Amino acid sequence: MLRKLGLALGAVACVLVPIAVLIVLPWWLLPVIAVLLAGWMAFTRVGVQTWSVTQVGIATIPQRLGSASVVVVGIAGVVGVLVALLAMGAGFAATLRQSGSDDTAIAIRAGAQTEINSVLDHATATLVSQAPQVLKNAQGEPIASPELVVVASLPKKASGLDANVEIRGIGERAWELRPNVKLIAGRKFAPGLRELIVGKGAATQFAGLGIGSSLKLNGQLWSIVGEFDSGDANNSDLWGDTAVVGSTYRRGSSMTSVTVRLTDAAAFDAFKAGIASDRRLQVDVSTTRDYYNAQARNLTQTIRVLGTTVGIIMAIGAVFGALNTMYAAVATRTREIATLRAIGFRGVPVVVSVLLETILLAILGGALGALIAWAVFDNYTASTLGTNFSQVVFAFHVTPALLWGGLKWALAIGVIGGLFPALRAARVPVTAGLREL
Amino acid sequence: MDALVEIRNLSKVYERGTQKVEVLHRVNLDIGNGDFLALMGPSGSGKTTLLNLIGGLDSPTDGSIQIAGERIDQLGEGALAKWRASNVGFVFQFYNLLPMLTARRNVELPLLLTRLGSAQRKRNADIALQLVGLGDRAAHKPSELSGGQQQRVAIARAIVSDPTLLVCDEPTGDLDRQSAADVLTLLQQLNREHGKTVIMVTHDPKAAEFARHTLHLDKGTLVEDAAKVEA
Amino acid sequence: MKYLHLVLAALVRRKTRTLFTLFSVLAAFLLFGLLDSVRTFFDQAGSGVAGVDRLITISRVSFTLSLPKSLLQRIQATPGVAEVTYANWFGGIYQDPKNFFANQAVAENFFDLYPERILPAEQRRAFHDTRTGAVVGQSLVEKFHWKIGDKIPLQATIFPQKGGSNTWTFDLVGIYRMADPKTRAQENALFFNWDYFDEARTFGNGNVGWYVTKVRDRNQANRVAQAIDALSENSDHETKTQTEQAFAASFVSQFADIGLIVGAIMGAVFFTLVLLTGNTMAQAVRERIPEIAVLKTIGFTNRSVLGLVLSESAALLVLGSVLGLVSASIVVGSLRTAFGTGIPMQEIGGGIWLRGVLLAVLIGLLVGALPALRGMRLRIVDALAGR
Repeated sequence: MLRKLGLALGAVACVLVPIAVLIVLPWWLLPVIAVLLAGWMAFTRVGVQTWSVTQVGIATIPQRLGSASVVVVGIAGVVGVLVALLAMGAGFAATLRQSGSDDTAIAIRAGAQTEINSVLDHATATLVSQAPQVLKNAQGEPIASPELVVVASLPKKASGLDANVEIRGIGERAWELRPNVKLIAGRKFAPGLRELIVGKGAATQFAGLGIGSSLKLNGQLWSIVGEFDSGDANNSDLWGDTAVVGSTYRRGSSMTSVTVRLTDAAAFDAFKAGIASDRRLQVDVSTTRDYYNAQARNLTQTIRVLGTTVGIIMAIGAVFGALNTMYAAVATRTREIATLRAIGFRGVPVVVSVLLETILLAILGGALGALIAWAVFDNYTASTLGTNFSQVVFAFHVTPALLWGGLKWALAIGVIGGLFPALRAARVPVTAGLREL
Repeated sequence: MDALVEIRNLSKVYERGTQKVEVLHRVNLDIGNGDFLALMGPSGSGKTTLLNLIGGLDSPTDGSIQIAGERIDQLGEGALAKWRASNVGFVFQFYNLLPMLTARRNVELPLLLTRLGSAQRKRNADIALQLVGLGDRAAHKPSELSGGQQQRVAIARAIVSDPTLLVCDEPTGDLDRQSAADVLTLLQQLNREHGKTVIMVTHDPKAAEFARHTLHLDKGTLVEDAAKVEA
Repeated sequence: MKYLHLVLAALVRRKTRTLFTLFSVLAAFLLFGLLDSVRTFFDQAGSGVAGVDRLITISRVSFTLSLPKSLLQRIQATPGVAEVTYANWFGGIYQDPKNFFANQAVAENFFDLYPERILPAEQRRAFHDTRTGAVVGQSLVEKFHWKIGDKIPLQATIFPQKGGSNTWTFDLVGIYRMADPKTRAQENALFFNWDYFDEARTFGNGNVGWYVTKVRDRNQANRVAQAIDALSENSDHETKTQTEQAFAASFVSQFADIGLIVGAIMGAVFFTLVLLTGNTMAQAVRERIPEIAVLKTIGFTNRSVLGLVLSESAALLVLGSVLGLVSASIVVGSLRTAFGTGIPMQEIGGGIWLRGVLLAVLIGLLVGALPALRGMRLRIVDALAGR
């Protein structure tokens, strides 16, 4: 009874310990371990034995191509799906994160949570722009942009179905506020006219946004005159003159937010305190970085949970696949293993060699999966419902960290899938094995 | 004894890659109903091939085989399977029992091809096992039986659907002397008391002594040509 | 079937291998159950028995733009229309943004068009009589431990009150529950009187967020929708009318092509599964060549051998899929109990079971085909001789 309990605990430890180790393993440790292993196999007696047994094992793989591929493909699947899903989350978060910085701040109506819910009047916008912490340009004007965000419904290129796209009316100083924005085609819109420039992302996702085309918004005709690239979430927007957008959407002169550039990042606290103490103002301020992070949090968390859950379940399936394969491998080589042990090879070389073989297959599978995920998904653009209930265009982001993470999963599966058969291989009674002859 | 098996001008050629090997050359043979025939010969003489052809496991390249009036050389694969099910019982050197089934289930296998109900099948299988002296081992798996016992289960399987012909390929090849004697006695009993026609391939002259007649094959032909068998 | 014990014996032959393969199949179908549950949830978002005979009318330009209240009578007069009501999204917060639930200002006859929200008659009257009255769903009431007579303050995110306050206070006068327990998610909502809303708001007065129209004949739904949109054509408040089901679906489709993502993941999973079980079956048959030969000598036809192998592989897959779907049911059930109805998962019902088992059978046949053919075609003589 106690023995069974001990065995069960041992089995659980065999599963949990490798996982714990791998979670904390930094990438540079892997080549170090590989070098140490190679050294051990070259220079110690037990190591040399292990290497010879491993060679025999690897040499038989071509005969067992079917079952070896089960391990490789199974693990490749796990890593591929995992990396793809997490890359989706990483890409979305990165797009939004880049959209913000620590030295710009955004003000929306108190309690609004997001720009689309907010309404600010002209007086409020002026007061906010005139705060002492707001940076002034060469002409002494505060670098502040009162903006009006509305949503329009346009058909997506891919599905033909309508989706929400964000239209942002921007102020004169908006270009100084966002120096990363570059006009890549056409020209800027002229103030006072019904003209729009489209972000690169929006242009790829939605139909009918080419330069020269017209858009009918609320019965009024607008023309597209240019295209810009901002490298962040603003790429999903259409930009126009705040006042004109306001009149089309019957908003009068109100706006949804004011974005300002601060003298420096450290000035934010003073800025916020100043706004809070001004009784005339009912606004919430935050750095644009914090603002966009908050918007992204929900979705990125969901994607991460989804990716990890799917990954775990697939990994369990892959572990059983590996167990099957390696148990079968050990079974077919019982005779050889028994012969080796009759000759005098001890248990350790056999165990380590089976483990090595599985890990090698696992690394192969992990690399394959990572490669496929990277080749197919890196920079794959997609869009989803993001800030302000409108489409945010983002690119999948297959980072080296993700690839390393995927490889670690592969290693974990390989270790767990190989450990038990390896132990079994070491315990086959020599005489029973030889009888198989 | 009238002829159950009539073989005329039987030839069998195997193609190994581009080479053609003639294993049987124009064999003529009659086997009487109720006979116990031993086929002997050196390895490569074609005795197993002849056995396989008589048992309907293979088709000849040339010539005819008529068993109980039926020309089995003219039957297609599906028809041969049906013919085998009702006319032949096989006993192999290595028993070839299904290891995960009990003795009873193994014996029952040929009956699955009939229309008998489950209870009837079980009854017939038990009867066959009793006949071979293993009635009390019906629930044992092959791994729990000795070599001789396994062979007897195989014989029970071979007779359970009451075939006219029993075809045995080296049935005692893997057994010790005592078990071999038991198996051969059983075959003899089935022949004498139950009228089964038994054709046995063996390399052991002592085993051949249990048979009524012995024929020798060498290089694909019968040493005594066109041997007609008397009762 | 009388051959059943042969199939089972074949599976039991190598217990460990069968068990491990079974677990892999289980994992695959567990995933299938979970993902299909999510996909079905999004597919059916907004559908209910009454969902197809209601139309939602919003501004064509943007769902954030409101529509004039004057449209009400014109829609009511449109042929095919049984009844019309209207509502506004309020977007108020109770104490903390994390406590998010839907809250809307609705017209008096709103509940007439939503019979699936069961509200006792006297509470309905109280709602009508109390200007600041609110009707809340059963689940929400339980979550916050409210009772009739409580005052519920909501922080406005969009609409401050006249006088500058951001806090709107409502009196809880009615509790509704959903007729269909499967749609209990819709109880996480609060409704209050539109008249109070319009009176106390600082902008947009006289405008509604959307109209809900009940059609007389649901087969005429699209025609009525077009007729309603024709009323506002070329005006400054062009409308877009569609069935409630389509409206909900359009939101989902903007989120992500859930079907595509689920399909891609399951594609990868089933591909690896086919490889895995294919390998197991190939091994199993290869080991049993002598036994298959014996069966053929006994008289089993080629077709029966084919059938035996295919049954074995199908049985393995079906058993694994059943275990996997049962596990998925358990997981979905516990998630829904733990996280309430906020979780986007449909209970694992008949549809998912049917699809799952059918897939299992198909994969089983696919995977068993090659080994079965091999077993079927083996030459008895060669197999017996060990060639």
